[in-house]
Amino acid sequence: MKFAKYGSITLITFVLVAGIAIPLSPSPQNWLQFPVIPGLEEKARNILYHVPVAWTTVVAFLVSTYYGFRYLKTRDIDYDIKSVSAAGLGFLFCFLATVTGALWAKFNWGSFWNWDPRETSIFVLLLIYGAYFALRSALETEEKRATLSAVYSMIAGITVPFFIFVMPRIMTGLHPGAKEVADPAAISKAQAIADSAIAVGSKTFADSALATVAQMNVGSAVPVVQLKMSPNMLVIFLLGLLGFTLLFIWLLNVRVRLARMEYERSTHHE
Amino acid sequence: MSQFSGTYALIRKDIHSELRTRYALNALLMFVVTAVATILFALRSDQPTSSVLSGLYWVVVFFTAMSGLSRTFVSEEERGTTMTLQLVASPSTVYFAKLLFNTVLTFSMTIAVTILYMTVFSNAFVIKTFSIFAGTVVLGSLGFASASTIIAAIVAKANTRGTLYPVLSFPILIVLLMTVMNATTKALDGEEFTSALPDFQILVGYFLAMTGGSYLLFEYVWKD
Repeated sequence: MKFAKYGSITLITFVLVAGIAIPLSPSPQNWLQFPVIPGLEEKARNILYHVPVAWTTVVAFLVSTYYGFRYLKTRDIDYDIKSVSAAGLGFLFCFLATVTGALWAKFNWGSFWNWDPRETSIFVLLLIYGAYFALRSALETEEKRATLSAVYSMIAGITVPFFIFVMPRIMTGLHPGAKEVADPAAISKAQAIADSAIAVGSKTFADSALATVAQMNVGSAVPVVQLKMSPNMLVIFLLGLLGFTLLFIWLLNVRVRLARMEYERSTHHE
Repeated sequence: MSQFSGTYALIRKDIHSELRTRYALNALLMFVVTAVATILFALRSDQPTSSVLSGLYWVVVFFTAMSGLSRTFVSEEERGTTMTLQLVASPSTVYFAKLLFNTVLTFSMTIAVTILYMTVFSNAFVIKTFSIFAGTVVLGSLGFASASTIIAAIVAKANTRGTLYPVLSFPILIVLLMTVMNATTKALDGEEFTSALPDFQILVGYFLAMTGGSYLLFEYVWKD
């Protein structure tokens, strides 16, 4: 696990420094310049931190469900320890993804929360993690807790494809990759956000919200914000994904070792 | 005991014991009346829009279901009859019997809410496209029942059943709730039947996925 530990520290440090230090340029000349993305500008840097954190949340959920499945198959309590450790980390990353996303939404779309399909999904994931831990605390015996929480996380996993594949297609959204034809309700909502930003007197919010409205009005072929990463940004982005995944692996390892020690101590005393 | 005769016998047993006390039916009906009355007080003489009404419709159905549907398994635990059921029937028989019983309960509940809504909101709650509404209520009840049956089986083994049930069910039911609210609005607005087809596809997919998953996982919950 030394590899994951030092790998994640090195990569995340590099991504943090590079993501903040590299300047934007309207027409990038070399690898040390990011292009300017209309409507995002400096705020585009958040993609290097927000997306890897959200990605790790989903990885943690899948890992937790997988170990839950292994527990049901083998009845080996060690798998339950791994499952709950992954879920705990998933909850932490889910919270971070929600906060970084809400802040970004405030500065880009004018309000902290817009019930876009992705925002709804991350909210549901938060609720699932909350329900998972509520269920665990309501069960007394070791085996029952392990079995029922594993079943619950798998039942919750059944609904995940609906959020990833179905909802973005039937709802309009603000994230890239949302349903492409903006419906009038979404446009009027974006217009209302822009109006309120103008009323408050904040020029930057109003500008970005009006840009969103304009892009929605363009309609069919244009997603809300065209997001095509330049090669240098993409490399840093992928390193960020790798770094945060390694961070998850390392933290999971530490938590599992700790939980195993606690479990052994508690069974030893009985 | 074959699968079908076993399922049939268990449903008959559930209906008999339900009709003897009428616990669930009375509680559900009173809950529906209370919830709709609260909504009426809150709205006073306002004329709610179709999306508000269809939202409130499913809010009533959701909370009513959460107050009553866990009875199917909790009552077995309370009476101490879980062991007997485990001896006489296979897990899949028990699961399908409970699923069907919960479907009947949910469906009668939605009918009660519909009748009540049509009388108290006689101006605003007018079903213009009946085919969409009927499809939504039938498929929605099926999906509701299948998700709440497996959660009820889980909750019956826990200590704090009453509060835990809605907490566990809500994240699972959000997809279904959003879809049925969407489709009900379309029915109230009088849109064409074909406009609700994507919603129906989601509802059918949800029901099949949830029932299949529950069928595979029920054994682990049921057997101690």
